[in-house]
Amino acid sequence: MRFFRHRLALLGLFGLVVIFGAGIFANYIAPGGFSAINLADSQLLAHPSSAHLFGTDEIGRNEFNRVIWGIRTSMEVGVFVAAVSSLIGLFVGAVAGYYGGWIDNLLMRLTDLVLTLPALAILLTASALLGQGSQWRISGILVAFFWTGIARVVRGVYLSLREKEYVEAAKASGAGDMRLMFRHILPNTLGPIIVNGTLAVGTAILVEAALSFLNLGIKPPTPSLGGLINAAQAYPQQWWLTIFPGVTIVLIVLCVNFVGDGLRDALDPTQRRVRA
Amino acid sequence: MLTYIARRVLYSIPVLLLSSFLSFLFVSYAGNPIALLRQNPRVSHQTLINLTHQMHLDKPVIVRYFYWLHDVFADKLGNSLITLQPIWPQITRTMSHTAQVIIISEGLAIMLGIAVGIYSAIRQYSIFDYMFTSISFFGFALPTFWLALLLQIAFTDIFLHWNVRIFYTSGLNSNPGGSAWSIDRLQHIALPVMTLLIISFALYSRYMRASMLDVINSDYVRTARAKGVPEWKVIMRHVFRNALIPITTVTALNIGGLLGGAIVTETVFSLDGIGFWFVQALNAKDLYEVMAYLVVTSVIIVLFNLIADVTYGFLDPRIRYD
Repeated sequence: MRFFRHRLALLGLFGLVVIFGAGIFANYIAPGGFSAINLADSQLLAHPSSAHLFGTDEIGRNEFNRVIWGIRTSMEVGVFVAAVSSLIGLFVGAVAGYYGGWIDNLLMRLTDLVLTLPALAILLTASALLGQGSQWRISGILVAFFWTGIARVVRGVYLSLREKEYVEAAKASGAGDMRLMFRHILPNTLGPIIVNGTLAVGTAILVEAALSFLNLGIKPPTPSLGGLINAAQAYPQQWWLTIFPGVTIVLIVLCVNFVGDGLRDALDPTQRRVRA
Repeated sequence: MLTYIARRVLYSIPVLLLSSFLSFLFVSYAGNPIALLRQNPRVSHQTLINLTHQMHLDKPVIVRYFYWLHDVFADKLGNSLITLQPIWPQITRTMSHTAQVIIISEGLAIMLGIAVGIYSAIRQYSIFDYMFTSISFFGFALPTFWLALLLQIAFTDIFLHWNVRIFYTSGLNSNPGGSAWSIDRLQHIALPVMTLLIISFALYSRYMRASMLDVINSDYVRTARAKGVPEWKVIMRHVFRNALIPITTVTALNIGGLLGGAIVTETVFSLDGIGFWFVQALNAKDLYEVMAYLVVTSVIIVLFNLIADVTYGFLDPRIRYD
């Protein structure tokens, strides 16, 4: 079973390299950009063919190019949200778990508060009122809600580790708070942080796609996979407009989850492997 | 137990008040409620002034929060800002539709998830297990809206190609005011139910499998087997009943995710549920309706968290509340 899981993790890694590579090198893989229109009759809503791998949309834009550039947007949102919220969560969780006291109390009450709110509804409200349109503002809103989960995890690890003998020994030999927190305890928390951060990439991509699909996320002209599916709603007979962006999202999130699960097995054997 | 419940309820009151206050603050700073009306050339300047005064929009946010809070309790969540209609009847109407969809899909998802979870755990690493493991992995990666859209397209196509109406792909009833429990209604809500069912099923079957495996490898199961208890009895009596305990918590805590899934699903199927209503309120920038949704759903989530904790203590006597 271990081998099977690791094979999946490798497969996921390979898939991610291919898909994200396509996003990073969008200029070369999908030259001509995502917005070149072609109003010739034969080019409107054309079936997938060798000229247009994923067909074209209602104004003759190459769907393949739009999906590739959409991958780039999704990837940027996912990685940015995961990285920034991991960093914030790491600092806040470390301080709360290490010092305890009122900082810890405040953090716990705050995360309690976030947990009482319907997550998607709050994100929708935030992006409807503040962030619609720009991909970076949407990312900022996602970060504002994602860091609390990671902070909770980090806090838990710090709470248990600060009582360990090796920390006491370091303290006895004169290490300061900062040194204890970041030199001695931090390396032992990296496992859960990396695992949670990786899985957060997938969650962020899914949430961003849902927001964009509801027309409350990233707005055109920036291509996003959720936005492409939203636009495809008007053309249910043109299956390629719905299928290709959707399959792309599923593949990205699937690969991210495989990698996350593999990392969990490798780095963090204590954690249960239930949620993908 | 009763004092525990009472204390939890008392604790959740300030939490709910604080979260509603923060939401109110955020919503009122982020959006001007009469901005849309101001764009309307048929609304006179005087009307806007009157409305601003009548809605207490000229007061500081703190004061407005207390006016709003008063409306919430005295006037059942108050009136909409845009249409000036009372909000409560809309909540009860849409909520009854959402509840119907969620209850049916959850009931099916729990039953199926438990059944598949048990079988996967007993036959661990069998073809069956691998198949459903892959299915649940796909379930975790599926965007709810895309799944809903695929089902909608598939059944629209079936209708267009073969002129067979299996399920309707939007709305609640063929005729307005149709009955809530009829074949027609079930045909309409079948696809939303299916969407939420697939997403929840992936989660529950996974948890049930993990929880079964946990119990199967525990000492008292080994003891039971060593005593010579028949295998089916070990599974049904000793393993299954204990493996159910974590599932109750998972299902209760999943309510937030379900409400989120309902937003997306109802929007795709234009189903007159609370999620679709919320999206419309957001697009109309009707701040009081948005607040009403947030408050109602927060109360539901807090309630289900409480139910999760209480049933957990009830089912597992090792947990003591004091």
